[in-house]
Amino acid sequence: MNGVAMHIANGIVNSQVSAIFAAVAAAALAICVWRGRADLDDRLAPMAGLVAAFIFAVQMLNFQVLPGVSGHLLGGTLAVVLVGPWVGALCVSTVLIIQCLLFADGGLTALGLNITNMAVIGTAAGYLLVAGLLRVLPKTPRGVAVTAFLASVVSVVVASQAFVVEYALGGTTQLDLTTIAGTMAGAHVLIGIGEGLIAAVTVATVARVRPDLVYALRRFRKTASPAGPAVPAPAVGGVA
Amino acid sequence: MKKRLGWFIAGGLLVAALLAGVVSSFASSSPDGLDAAARKGCTFDADDNITGGTCMAQQERAHQLKDSPLADYGIKGIDNEFLSTGLSGVLGVAVTFAIGGGVFWLVRRRGGDEHTDDRTTEGATSA
Repeated sequence: MNGVAMHIANGIVNSQVSAIFAAVAAAALAICVWRGRADLDDRLAPMAGLVAAFIFAVQMLNFQVLPGVSGHLLGGTLAVVLVGPWVGALCVSTVLIIQCLLFADGGLTALGLNITNMAVIGTAAGYLLVAGLLRVLPKTPRGVAVTAFLASVVSVVVASQAFVVEYALGGTTQLDLTTIAGTMAGAHVLIGIGEGLIAAVTVATVARVRPDLVYALRRFRKTASPAGPAVPAPAVGGVA
Repeated sequence: MKKRLGWFIAGGLLVAALLAGVVSSFASSSPDGLDAAARKGCTFDADDNITGGTCMAQQERAHQLKDSPLADYGIKGIDNEFLSTGLSGVLGVAVTFAIGGGVFWLVRRRGGDEHTDDRTTEGATSA
């Protein structure tokens, strides 16, 4: 075994269940490409590349949450706020695939499990929270930071419980699932708080510097005020 | 506007490279939440081999690509841990941006269809 394992390794969940989730992940990613294309224009494409690269970098930064236990950002919520849910899930998947194939992190057999948990379920949970919270919170750097923080905490815990479901279906060692669920939830509330702080600082910074590049400030505007007139965002480029 | 996006991307990549290249060496080396949960219940020797107990990691198998030159966020052949981790991190950021950004660029929507919200303001300022 190695020292720097950050995702599900091979052999933790049996190969049949791993194969099922590989299919689930592939189907979900196909939907994300199909739906994400509507968002992906000349400006969002390089931004999405940057978001993936940034998530890769920050995933290397394990922070201590308990004695002997660390955690790192998963990135789903951060990606949702900056590039939207569909492209966001693809960003996290890109990171997971590169980590698996190049850095031997996260088993090849377990890749579908890792993508399902972190890129699909984690991002989906983050998206639901972000979309919901931005209906009530102000669309300001501070509002989007609070949104990113809260959504991150929930998203990380939900992703950790998705692992518990997979382990219940195909775990290779007979263990008490309630204990696993509790251990995972406890550690991941703390990891979620860490992730939330990182995500909040990041989105608040981008929202201050380039609000036009924050997907959540542009695209969720319409859902947030369905009755209001479609006021175009102020041209930020003209200010500086 | 295009140029300004370019500068933002460049700045963002620089921050990512610094995080992965420098800050990463100060990251915690404790197992993460998942790994710690997987090891809970087992005892380990100095080489991280399971010596007893019952835990999720018991049936864990090695990564198929464990001998890859970048395995475990290091560069094979570089003994200095700071350099090895840092360079692998910078390389990872570059590869992720190149592959991710490249694929996103290839599948992007070309021409203007229904989503014109930010294009209109963009056109107004750059024209």
